[in-house]
Amino acid sequence: MNINFTLISQAIAFSVFIWFTVKYVWPPLLHAIEERQKTIADGLAAGERGRHELELASQRSSDVIKEAKQRASEIILQAEKRASEIVEEAKDAAKSEGDRIIAGAKADIEHEIYSAREALRQHAAQLAIVGASKILRREVDAKVHADLLVSIEEDLK
Amino acid sequence: MASGTELTPTSYIEHHLTYLTAQVGEGSFWVLHVDTLITSIILGVLSLGFIWMTVRKATSGVPSKTQAFVELAVEFIDNEVKNTFHGNRHIFVAPTALTIFIWVLMMNAMDILPIDIMAWVLEHGFGLHNWKIVPTTDVNTTFALALSIWFLMIFFNLKVKGVGGWMHELFCTPFGKNPLLWVLNLLFNFIEYVSKPLSHSLRLFGNIYAGEIIFLLLGMWAATGVSGTIFGSILGAGWAIFHILIVTLQAFIFMMLTVVYISMAHESH
Repeated sequence: MNINFTLISQAIAFSVFIWFTVKYVWPPLLHAIEERQKTIADGLAAGERGRHELELASQRSSDVIKEAKQRASEIILQAEKRASEIVEEAKDAAKSEGDRIIAGAKADIEHEIYSAREALRQHAAQLAIVGASKILRREVDAKVHADLLVSIEEDLK
Repeated sequence: MASGTELTPTSYIEHHLTYLTAQVGEGSFWVLHVDTLITSIILGVLSLGFIWMTVRKATSGVPSKTQAFVELAVEFIDNEVKNTFHGNRHIFVAPTALTIFIWVLMMNAMDILPIDIMAWVLEHGFGLHNWKIVPTTDVNTTFALALSIWFLMIFFNLKVKGVGGWMHELFCTPFGKNPLLWVLNLLFNFIEYVSKPLSHSLRLFGNIYAGEIIFLLLGMWAATGVSGTIFGSILGAGWAIFHILIVTLQAFIFMMLTVVYISMAHESH
C-alpha cells in the first residue's frame, strides 16, 4: 500500500474516460432514449385522444338516435292525427253527400208527389167535368159555360 | 505459483500481492504499477467501447437487445442521479456517474476471476510473472478516483458559489454565522473535506482487497489436502457468488457517493 505515480496515471485515465463518456457515449443514447420517450408519449396521447373522440362520437350517435326517435314519434303522431282528420273529413263529406242525395231524393219525391197530385187533380177535374157534363149533357154548353168550367177547374186545383 | 522459489504460504500471498512495477523517475514516488494501469485501461476501453459501439447504432425505435441492455444500465444510473442531483445532470454528472459505475464495476469484477488460473495464464501466456488483475485492490486507483472527484468537488464549489460563497460556507456552516464559531466551522469543514476522499477511496479499496485476501486464504487452504481442497472449493464458490453482490454494491456506492459529493458542491446550505 504505497502511493506512487500510478495514482496520477490512473487519474489521467479516469479523466480521459469521463471526457469520452461525456462527449461520445451519453449524448447519443440520451437522444435516442428521449426520442423514444417522446414517441411513446405521443402514442399514448394519440390513444387518449382516440378514446376521447370515440366517447364523443358515441355520445353524438346516441344523441342522433334519440333525436331520430323523437322525430319518428312526432311523425307517427302527426300521421295519426292526419289519418283521423282524413277519416273525419271523409265522414263529413259522406254525410253531406248523403244529405244531398237524400235532399235530392226528397225533392224528387216531392216533385213526383206534386206532379202525381197535379195529374190526379187534372184527372179528377176532368172526371168531374166529364161526370158533370154527362149529368148535365143537355144543358151544358161548352161555349156558354166555359167560364163556369174554368172556375170549377180552378177550385179543383 | 511462484515458480523457481519454494512455495510457502508467505511466498504465495506475496506473489499475488506484488505489482509489476516500472521505475519512471528518481525516488519512491516515481514508480508505476504497470499491471494496475494497463488492466484498468483495458477494462475501461472494453466496457466503455462496448457501450460506445452500441450507442453509435442507437435507434429511437425498437432497440436491439444490446441497446436495451445498455439503456437499462444508463437509465438506472440516470434515475439515481436524478434523485440526488438537481441541476442539468446531462452535461456532466450523469455521464461521469456512468463512467465510474461501469469502470469500477469492471475493475471490481476482476476479483471474481479465479486468481491462480489467471496468474498461470498471464505467466505462461504472456510471460508476466507478477500481474495483479484487480486494479481496485491498488490503493492508487481508488485514491486516484477519489481525489479526482475531490478536485471536481472543489471546482464545482468555486464555479457554482464563487470564491466568496465557498469561503462563506467554509466559515459559517454548519454551526452558524457568529464570528466566535468561525474557527469551529472551519475545523469541522476541514475534517469533512479530508475525510471525504479518504472514506470514499478506502471503502472501495478495503472491500475489494479484503475479498481478494479471502480468496487467497481459501486458495491456500485448498493446497493443504483433499478435505481442504473440497472445503476451499465450496467456500470459494460461495464467496465468489457473494462477491458478485459486493462487487456491484461497492461500484454502486462509489458512484452514489460521487454524485452526492458533486451535488453537495452545487447546493448552498
